[in-house]
Amino acid sequence: MHHPPPAFFSRSAHMVWLGVFLAICSSGCNGTKADPTEIVIGHYGSMTGSEATFGESTDNGIKLAVEEINAIGGINGKKIRLITYDDKGDAREAGTAVTRLVTKDRVVAVIGEVASGLSLAGAPVCQENGVPMISPSSTNPKVTKVGDLIFRVCFIDPFQGSVCAKFARESEKLKASKAAILTDQASPYSVGLQEEFEKAFAALGGTVVSKQTYQAGDQDFSAQLTAIRGAEPDVIFVPGYYTDVGNIALQAKKLGINTALLGGDGWDSSKLGEIGGKALDGCFYSNHYSHQDPSDRVQDFIKKYNAKHKQTPDGLAALGYDAARILFQSMQSAKSLGGADLAAELAKTKNFDGVTGRISIDADRNAVKPAVILEMKDGEPHFVTTIQPGE
Amino acid sequence: MSVSHPMPAASPIAATPFRPTGPLMGVLPLAIGIVVAVLLHVILPGFVGPYYSRIVIDIGIAIILAVSLNIVNGMTGQFSIGHAGFMTVGGYTAGLITYYGSYFIWGTLGKHGVFLGTGEWLFAASCIVGGLVAAGAGYIVGLPSLRLRGDYLAIVTLGFGEILRVVLQQTGKVLDDGAAIRAAGWSQWLPPPVGGAIGFDGIPKYTNLFWVYTFVTITVVVAYRLKHSSLGRAMISVREDEIAAQAMGVNIARQKVLAFVMAAFFAGVAGGLFAHERGVIISPKDAGFQRSFDYVIMTVLGGRGSISGVTLAAIILTALPELLRDFEQYRLIVFALLLIVMMIVRPQGLFGIHEIWHFWRRRSR
Amino acid sequence: MADFTQTLMTAAAIGSLYALIALGYTMVYGILKFINFAHSDIVVLGAWSSYTVADQVLPRLGYDSRTIPPLWIGAVILPLIMLFCGFVGYVIERLAYRPLRRAPRLNVLITAIGVSLFLQNLGQLDFMFGASPEKMPALLPSWELASFSFGTGEATRKVVISLVDTMIFATSGTLMLVLEYLVFRTKLGTAMRAVSYNTDTAALMGIPVDRVISFTFVLGSSLAAAAGFLYVMKYPGINQPAHTVWVLLGLKAFVAAVIGGIGNVRGAVLGGFVIAFVEQFGAFYISSNYRDVYVFALLIGILLVKPTGLLGSPLREKV
Repeated sequence: MHHPPPAFFSRSAHMVWLGVFLAICSSGCNGTKADPTEIVIGHYGSMTGSEATFGESTDNGIKLAVEEINAIGGINGKKIRLITYDDKGDAREAGTAVTRLVTKDRVVAVIGEVASGLSLAGAPVCQENGVPMISPSSTNPKVTKVGDLIFRVCFIDPFQGSVCAKFARESEKLKASKAAILTDQASPYSVGLQEEFEKAFAALGGTVVSKQTYQAGDQDFSAQLTAIRGAEPDVIFVPGYYTDVGNIALQAKKLGINTALLGGDGWDSSKLGEIGGKALDGCFYSNHYSHQDPSDRVQDFIKKYNAKHKQTPDGLAALGYDAARILFQSMQSAKSLGGADLAAELAKTKNFDGVTGRISIDADRNAVKPAVILEMKDGEPHFVTTIQPGE
Repeated sequence: MSVSHPMPAASPIAATPFRPTGPLMGVLPLAIGIVVAVLLHVILPGFVGPYYSRIVIDIGIAIILAVSLNIVNGMTGQFSIGHAGFMTVGGYTAGLITYYGSYFIWGTLGKHGVFLGTGEWLFAASCIVGGLVAAGAGYIVGLPSLRLRGDYLAIVTLGFGEILRVVLQQTGKVLDDGAAIRAAGWSQWLPPPVGGAIGFDGIPKYTNLFWVYTFVTITVVVAYRLKHSSLGRAMISVREDEIAAQAMGVNIARQKVLAFVMAAFFAGVAGGLFAHERGVIISPKDAGFQRSFDYVIMTVLGGRGSISGVTLAAIILTALPELLRDFEQYRLIVFALLLIVMMIVRPQGLFGIHEIWHFWRRRSR
Repeated sequence: MADFTQTLMTAAAIGSLYALIALGYTMVYGILKFINFAHSDIVVLGAWSSYTVADQVLPRLGYDSRTIPPLWIGAVILPLIMLFCGFVGYVIERLAYRPLRRAPRLNVLITAIGVSLFLQNLGQLDFMFGASPEKMPALLPSWELASFSFGTGEATRKVVISLVDTMIFATSGTLMLVLEYLVFRTKLGTAMRAVSYNTDTAALMGIPVDRVISFTFVLGSSLAAAAGFLYVMKYPGINQPAHTVWVLLGLKAFVAAVIGGIGNVRGAVLGGFVIAFVEQFGAFYISSNYRDVYVFALLIGILLVKPTGLLGSPLREKV
């Protein structure tokens, strides 16, 4: 068992380090060969980890869109193939996944991510390699500022924040002058929306009387809600995800808080009403569309999604679906599938009839579209009003 | 704790054809490492493409973190699961320096200079400063190790990471143009504006194969020299038996804190490299326990105190999830099963306390 | 005053959940000297299997989501879940931990992390529990057992004692008393304490060490299952199995065990309440931003002052 003191210079040690070096060098080959009969697009999202439900929904929406386009013959005779990579909700993994998509799998476009922080990690990689990226649901203004190839199909925090503030302040149903805010401090989406809401609400003459925070996934909100109860607000703004809002509503009711909760598009999921139930009655949230919208595009989408994935689509699924469809539309009319041509075509998108509203892409590559306000009744969201951008 | 392996005792040195002594022992491997780093930097990207280059960069960063954690966990026998915390401290510090520093020096926020240009030297310096700040944090976290042992210490280091995560969430927005930076008053610099929950976006992306493997070389050489120095022997003696070590005149407290400080320094450097890597945004999440677990797993899988073993484990564990990428949701299940099986079949890790070439030599003899 | 009382009651309910989970950590640690990182996943398993059973069984018995089933259904589900998770705990111990009995503790710890990763990612698959949150059907009516008010007029604030909170308190209290009896008044408990004191000596005294360790795991896992069950009764929106928040819940419970003095059954209960109080009052009176920080800061503080925890006995140094 006794070994001589090893050294970097023994021949055997050299062999080992050389082996390691060679192993690193030879561990790969260049990009895969393209199949001329198909077009490959990529999606990166959290398929495992805490945010897996968001990634899965988006992926389901994209898959539905891909299936539809392939059913009618694909794009210019070429079928679409979707490659989805998991990023575990981790920025480094997101960067790796996107690098693989754009440099190894040679996708023509990338869809992703839900979380703004992860979109910000992936976007520079797409931009540098000349591959357009469409984020279905990253609302942070910074995302599309990365470069001229980065787009999104959802609205951005400042718009949604002002929509919520305006509704809280001016609608007949709320007429709030005092607002309390309960933010998910671990989520950039929630923090961003909270900041914009606070700004807009103050500009409209309201005051924020209590600011509380939680961490995504927390189950107990009693301490925060008790503090909010003491501040006696007219409305409680909860810019979080549906995964937490159900529990928040239940506990607010338990504490005897009858003040309406108000939230953003993160609320949109059938799970919200399922979990919150009656406790959510009289609460509002802003969203991209209403499930009750009688128009064909919405009802068709809900029906098809239900048939394929055996569940009601949530907002993220609808946004994933729209992102993919806008991409396909641009592919059809683009001069070539090169990054610059495709991006130029994407930028031209005007009044696209999406499930999540009539989408136009503005000069900053953000989607311009109206927001709707929904009211929860018996666990179901009901349409209240539409707020146009720039109103 | 039982002594499971005898310490590598001094025995007659086998005659090898080439064996420099004295100061060359440290300098030569360093020089070779830097040459390799340059070669990697120049040849590899053209050879295997950006995706594999990126994995190689990730592997390098993982090696630095795992090898440095091994100083605490493997050599000194303490148990830290807050290593990602030190990494994050270093990453944020280095990012602050290059991001705001670039503005104050060159008046722009972007990347400055070419390969080995001024920008890159600022970046290298920032990594070192990041390492120093992390070492300071390591000193503070290492202090409880004087009173606590084993899992208690583990929980304290874990608590450090979690506290850091929550505190970083409270920081302000990154100032993203010159006017905002100039207008910023004292209140905006304390706490520093590093982005809060979304992470520190906008750090110039300097990290490349050259710098990563230069720092990998430094880390590995230092760890290796340490292991065979009197200091390292003292650390190992703390691992094997504290009471006996104390009886032999080893200053246990000093060894433990020193191990923490050194490990934290390299973790901080790795954090600097990580923060400047393309397609990465360092965020409060990185300080959490999950990333720390990754490196603990690498040290245990590699073998307690085996530098080459830990290096190999870092390579395998970084590359494996990528190889398993096509399995999507199943890859982490496979990963977990491999881990359990590995621990059961080879509890001492890949190489135990030995280096890879020990096995080589035994066979070749 | 109302707010204070309300916070106090919340803390008491949460504290009893922490205590239940902490008991599992402390028992395993007491005997095998390692942090069973997979323990929190047993809590998850308890929570999600409670949901699965309730979700499958209730409609077949003719209760839709709006009617509250009679109390006995919950009283039947709870022991079933405890048995099931106890069995899973046994299997994990037998397959993953027993082969490592003589290995360094760090290895067992890594194995535990591996088991935890495995359970999380398995649970997240679609054919298991899935990756989206679910709603636990109500097994208890949402009665307010008592409510009293402070203040008058506009400023009136109610303090509510709900049936759910009372049941949580009562059930976990009962379980803790049963455990107390088991550990301190039965032969098996004596064997457990002997093994925890010194495994080798215990073996020499004819105590079947492996069987006692298995039993400890079964016991700890079933308590975790009970905590999982009570948890979803209180918080019907169940987080998906791989959510980091479960790990954090487990960590906090472990912190509770450490604060109380690890290996000490009564200490774990005390620790559970202490951290719940610190967490809730800190969040209410100082700032909710730092809720997790209070727990870990308290831990570091206590360990520095009293390294063996509140009720821990001083470390014995063996030469």
